[in-house]
Amino acid sequence: METLQQSFQYIIPLFILFTVAYGFAKGTPVYESFVSGAKEGIGIITGIFPYVLAIFIMVKSFQASGAHDFFKGIFAAATGPLGLPAEVFSIGLVKPMSNAAALGIFTEILKTHGPDSLTSTIAAVIMGSAETTFYVIAVYLGAVGIKKSRYLVPVCLSADLVGIIVAVIVARLFW
Amino acid sequence: MNVIWMVLVCLSVLFAVVGGRIDAFTKALFEAGKAAVEVCLYLVGIVSLWLGLTKILEDCGIIYKMSNFFRPLMSLLFRNLPPGHPAITNITLNLLANVLGIGNAATPLGIKAMEDLQTLNPKPDTVSFEMMLFIVINTASVQLIPFTVIGLLASYGSQNPNRIMLPTFIATVISAITAVAILFLFKKLYDRKT
Repeated sequence: METLQQSFQYIIPLFILFTVAYGFAKGTPVYESFVSGAKEGIGIITGIFPYVLAIFIMVKSFQASGAHDFFKGIFAAATGPLGLPAEVFSIGLVKPMSNAAALGIFTEILKTHGPDSLTSTIAAVIMGSAETTFYVIAVYLGAVGIKKSRYLVPVCLSADLVGIIVAVIVARLFW
Repeated sequence: MNVIWMVLVCLSVLFAVVGGRIDAFTKALFEAGKAAVEVCLYLVGIVSLWLGLTKILEDCGIIYKMSNFFRPLMSLLFRNLPPGHPAITNITLNLLANVLGIGNAATPLGIKAMEDLQTLNPKPDTVSFEMMLFIVINTASVQLIPFTVIGLLASYGSQNPNRIMLPTFIATVISAITAVAILFLFKKLYDRKT
């Protein structure tokens, strides 16, 4: 697995080599092109910043105020009778908001249940198949300054919910 | 987004007041500001790097050839992209970076793809359907090998951490397809309303 991961590490350097060498061979002023492209970066990030700030304020204050623990408790009470470990759902709840927090819960599960338990397996599948939805939306919409997101957020959140259910079902089918 | 943001922020304030966690709440606001600055500083470097590289691809003209090459695949989903448009290449590269788990290349390429899609957007302040499709596929996070998770499983002494690979891949493909289906469903409902 590590060799595979390492071989993927070669992709970007090789891509850079190809881009620069091919561009130069075609007579493109590669250095000037690079600089003029890279110049736009800071402007884009300036545009992204307020979007990211708004999301981080929402996420961090939700966690710090205790509201997050409260809803986690409700989820646990609702899913307990289904025979599903509550931690699994707290990962599902946290992952769209914060990757770091989800990783924290995941390592906690690994410690308490052991890495080969069903709980850890379900959690691992959810970790691998969910994304920090709010952050992605903020960065991508912020990059082009879009304020009206139409039905994007409801779609992403219902997709996340389905994703968690699918992850639980698939993990259970395998074990 | 207006509703979600308002509800979550107000809920947080209420919980902080009722639960006596005002100090933690105030601290969280400062932390959020700091985290946002840190994330953006990190992004400035890596995004500028990729913008520079893709600019070379544009200037030497190969990006248009690449777009024509990827178009048959991408046009299955993105039906309204004109032939040879750079958006096709940047979307493809972003999805490849996601699938291979080269995470820190995926975001800059995604930002570039959003910029390209914006040039085709008739209403610049409103998200276009292609953009939504792109973001939905991105948040479904199709990944061939979940390196971080496998690494963590291994470091906590799992007997065979690789066994989660196949189920994760199946789960993420199913949820990606469902996500796209949900998006098309919403589009239908929305189009009927207006």
